[in-house]
Amino acid sequence: MRIRLRYSKHGKVRFTSHRDVARIWERVLRRAELPLARTEGFSPRPKMHFGLALSTGHESLGEYLDVDLREPEADEIDLGMLPERLSPLLPLGIEVEAVSVINRSDPSLQEAVTSCVWRIEVPGQSVDSLTSAVAAMLAADAIPVVRERKGKQVADDLRPGILHLSVLGSTPDDAPQAGAVFEAELATQPRSIRPAELLAAFDPPLTEGRVCRIYQWINEDGATREPLSQGAHVTAAAIAGAPREDYSDDRSHGRAHHTQDSVGSDGISDAADASAFDFV
Amino acid sequence: MWPQLEPLLAKVAKPARYIGLEDGSQRPEHANDRVAWLLAYPDTYEIGLPNQGLQILYEILNERPDAVAERAYAPWTDLEALLREQGLPLFSLDTHRPATDFDIIGFNLSAELTYTNLLNMVDLAGTPVRSADRLEHHPLIAAGGHCTYNPEPIADFLDFVVLGDGEEIVAEITEVVVKWKISGRPAGSRAAMLRELSHVSGVYVPSMYDVTYDGSALAGITPRFADVPEIVEKRTVADLADFPYPKNQLVPLTEVVHDRLNVEVFRGCTRGCRFCQAGMITRPVRERPAEQVRTMVEEGLRRTGYDEVALTSLSTADFSGIEDLVRDIADSTSNNSPVSVSLPSLRVDAFGVGIATQLQKGRRTGLTFAPEAGTWRMRQVINKLIREEDLYSAVEAAYANGWRRVKLYFLTGLPTETDEDTLGIAELARNCVELGKKYTKSPSVTVSVGGFVPKPFTPFQWFGQNTVEELRRKINLLRDATRKSHGVQVKWHDPKATMVEGIMSRGDRRVGAAIETVWRNGGTFQEWSECFDLDLWLAAMEEHGLDPDWYAYRHRTETEVLPWDHLSAGLHKDFLWQDWRDALAEVGLPDCRWTPCYDCGACTGYSIEHIVASATPPAGGSQGTGQDLGSSVPVSLLGRKPESASVGAE
Ligand code: SF4
Repeated sequence: MRIRLRYSKHGKVRFTSHRDVARIWERVLRRAELPLARTEGFSPRPKMHFGLALSTGHESLGEYLDVDLREPEADEIDLGMLPERLSPLLPLGIEVEAVSVINRSDPSLQEAVTSCVWRIEVPGQSVDSLTSAVAAMLAADAIPVVRERKGKQVADDLRPGILHLSVLGSTPDDAPQAGAVFEAELATQPRSIRPAELLAAFDPPLTEGRVCRIYQWINEDGATREPLSQGAHVTAAAIAGAPREDYSDDRSHGRAHHTQDSVGSDGISDAADASAFDFV
Repeated sequence: MWPQLEPLLAKVAKPARYIGLEDGSQRPEHANDRVAWLLAYPDTYEIGLPNQGLQILYEILNERPDAVAERAYAPWTDLEALLREQGLPLFSLDTHRPATDFDIIGFNLSAELTYTNLLNMVDLAGTPVRSADRLEHHPLIAAGGHCTYNPEPIADFLDFVVLGDGEEIVAEITEVVVKWKISGRPAGSRAAMLRELSHVSGVYVPSMYDVTYDGSALAGITPRFADVPEIVEKRTVADLADFPYPKNQLVPLTEVVHDRLNVEVFRGCTRGCRFCQAGMITRPVRERPAEQVRTMVEEGLRRTGYDEVALTSLSTADFSGIEDLVRDIADSTSNNSPVSVSLPSLRVDAFGVGIATQLQKGRRTGLTFAPEAGTWRMRQVINKLIREEDLYSAVEAAYANGWRRVKLYFLTGLPTETDEDTLGIAELARNCVELGKKYTKSPSVTVSVGGFVPKPFTPFQWFGQNTVEELRRKINLLRDATRKSHGVQVKWHDPKATMVEGIMSRGDRRVGAAIETVWRNGGTFQEWSECFDLDLWLAAMEEHGLDPDWYAYRHRTETEVLPWDHLSAGLHKDFLWQDWRDALAEVGLPDCRWTPCYDCGACTGYSIEHIVASATPPAGGSQGTGQDLGSSVPVSLLGRKPESASVGAE
């Protein structure tokens, strides 16, 4: 049985790396005494599959992890209780919010996820200046960048991967540095565009403040859904929690700032539409 | 100070080492009637976090109603620069509180090259580096750990030093300091409080002593007041069973060295290797009851989620009933996972390999042995009585059981060492490769050579260490001798670092000025080869009119006053001197755990004893039952003569 967990990562623990988090999970799954399926060989490891790596320092409301469990023992597990069972074992700031069973034949997270929505704080920017910077970027036909690939410099265009940008307003009071906040939906296919690349592509480049991954989306045949299947077990906290109220079972209501339906198959034209700007 | 720290962490390498949040970490509540200890390790988090001594005290102090304890590690240079730029101090990991909020900053010192980091951390804590310049409101700067058996080079920077086991003494120190804290620390009270601290057995307060010189020679270190002890004795916990700590070993969120459950199975070692300070200063042997070990392993694995446990001690194969213990643990499962067991120190004989084979059911990559010297003669001098047959049977057993790589640790620059001894290392390594060829196509033997640094409270404390040039020559000799030997690889420790370690290992209080200068000139993280800079040290020594050769290379005489003569690890100085003479005469000494006591002083002086479950030594080679001391009967010391060198063969 393969289960998919959705968890959040926020606060101090955001400074752990993707590798660190993998090791933390391995220990936590052992402590939870789950019937883990293991790899063969001399040093068997639990079969875990992580999604797109989250950069060290970034927070997230939507991280995913697939875990293979042994059958028939796995059938005994009350999946609804799993988030409550796992969260206390995890470090402060990592919380499991939902779980569902998925098919082993489903594509992996890395293959399936097509875009991520990021909330990005830009210290030292006013809402106005950020708004015009964002408008300029959306108006551009192409955003040529040079990046390194296998030790070679290759030319690339970021523009097709920028699916949506909208300025949300000023940074919240708890931000370490004051500035403005915007939201960006960035494609993860054919390659994953990182927030840092986006910030560097502005003219002049923007400084990175706190960054939070809000959603990971799977776009299939024009319809968008989150990587958990229908009927996922979602914790009460995840439903009731203030910043996470977006996460209801019905994902179509989840988009506070723009309508997913407005994003066409290439995602560009609609996202470039200035009407997608929401000032919060 | 988390809000100020947060933006900085986004800019530094490996920020996870500064966030705390480990499973087992605590967020204690500070109060005016609680002494706040900041337990500090003067190296990076990755090196310092696993330190068991620090973790034990962390728990013991936080259990007390009159104390709180948090932790700090040396910030790497990138974060240090940002902290200084922003005017921010060193901070605790547990509640991210400035170091200035603490009453005591207690350092664990296990390597001399970290001394400049200690100064740097004190300075980052907004505290004058010299104890004489500190005022009532400054934290007390303290140190414990193996290096503090000669604290003189850093004596001017420390308010007090703790000798020996910390479990009991931290309570007594807390009781003195809490009174002072509650009194509001009136002006001028710091010295009086320190004087009171000097009455606590095991506490050394350097400022309460006068140091006198006779020309360049040290004449004496004597108490300035009649109520301050002339000799400070180390503290020894009589029975480890009373301290089943750490109960909640810290589980780091990021990678550290020794990232596994660690359970200390005994403390002390009486093998009597003459170069080994750890063995000498931690006597006698105190085994933890096997039942307690089992419980600590079982509960520790369940709580932490680790699937590996290390049974730690100076020589774990010597633990009574080690085979049963290891088998039980290796056969157990925890959290539905198989458990792997590791022994950080393996004895050099087939017995040791037998145990290793039992616990390493998985992939067998490399095994490490420490014969320490290349010839039997040399090993008699250092009292590491491993016969060649033992090494070969160990290595053969390793290859036969599927290991492919063998690592051998050696010291060079040992007393009386000749080129024949050095070349003996090459010979041993080559023979080991030959043995391996019977079992595998390309056996590999890595020879790791460290330069010998004589340490206080060992029989070799009088020995002038080899010069940098001599060590280099010996290493080259060894490299040349193995150049054509396929499968033999030689690695070595930088002889320049060995020299600086030597200066500080046996230096006196005058060396402190040079340490301060090296630190002021930016010489931190000197234990990291990419940061170590001999020129900084030589320039600093010269600036203060100190002769590095005199400190490192000079043989000491029997009558010379040593900088640590006013401290005691329990060992009688005449025992050490006799053992030094025996070393030069190539005479071995048996393990007093299984043979009669020769009164070194470590038990007799403190009315304690070995706690060893089995009266007979473990089976095996020369390091086991039949400790073959050659034809010579071991020397008798102080009128007590061991009846027999070998006991209870199985
Ligand atoms: S006092 Fe005797 S028994 Fe104790 S460590 Fe020394 S020699 Fe061994």
